[in-house]
Amino acid sequence: MIPPLRWLPMPVLSLLLLVVWLLLQQSVALGQWLLGGALAVVIPLLCRPFWERQPRIKRPLKLLHYVVRVLRDIVVANLEVSKLILDPRGRMRPAFVEYPLSLTENFPITILASTITMTPGTVSAHLRLDGRTLLIHALDVADIDALIADIHQRYERPLMEIFES
Amino acid sequence: MLDMLLEGAIAFMLIAGGIFAFIGSLGLTHLKDFYMRLHGPSKTTTLGVGCTLIGSLIFFSLENGPVVQELLITVFAFITAPVSAHMLAKSALHHKLKPDPRTRGNPQELERDRPKHTVEEAPQGDSPLP
Repeated sequence: MIPPLRWLPMPVLSLLLLVVWLLLQQSVALGQWLLGGALAVVIPLLCRPFWERQPRIKRPLKLLHYVVRVLRDIVVANLEVSKLILDPRGRMRPAFVEYPLSLTENFPITILASTITMTPGTVSAHLRLDGRTLLIHALDVADIDALIADIHQRYERPLMEIFES
Repeated sequence: MLDMLLEGAIAFMLIAGGIFAFIGSLGLTHLKDFYMRLHGPSKTTTLGVGCTLIGSLIFFSLENGPVVQELLITVFAFITAPVSAHMLAKSALHHKLKPDPRTRGNPQELERDRPKHTVEEAPQGDSPLP
């Protein structure tokens, strides 16, 4: 990892901004490098007060594995939700599920909540103030405990390994 | 031959995208309560948009060299959709919208006789805001 400097508080974010800028402009001309570089320095400085403390990614390969798994699950989830919506009998078993979080840092919790929303039949609805419980609404769930165990096994444990191990 | 395969892929992506977007909208009109209606647009429509954009990515890459803007749009759509769904669900809970009677689970946020949970909406984490 690149160490942060005073004028460059978040080097990875700056690098990301520069890359995105060049990709959006579809050009690697010197002018674009300079403009993108200037933006990559100024934007993090301006929005630094809004940022939480950044957790370190300890296992990048695991993160890649996680992304691939989530992408596949998004497709599967959509087929399932489509089936539920198109089912003329409309037999759904909606439920509110209180999910006990094991993660403690805000950024991994954010990723977990987004993942839950994008994947099988669940939308994360509310993070209680104590940061220990995530309220989930599920569209069709047979066994609430099985759903909690599944989310823990499939998503939360890899995230813990990536960020907190 | 390759051209035909790629055109097939583009057509497949466009049709799949259209179907998913349609099913998402259908869910928006047909499901019973607000929390269930949230599922259609947050997942299915996002994937529909994603499929359409990937089709467009392949098409324009064939026309005039590799383009990546579509990929960036897709990534941003997939990052922001869960956040908006979360905010919608949160405000629904805050207004204590009634869930469908079949819904199991009774979160304390929806109980009527408790004091309002406005305090709970305070910012999370260690930010110094009040």
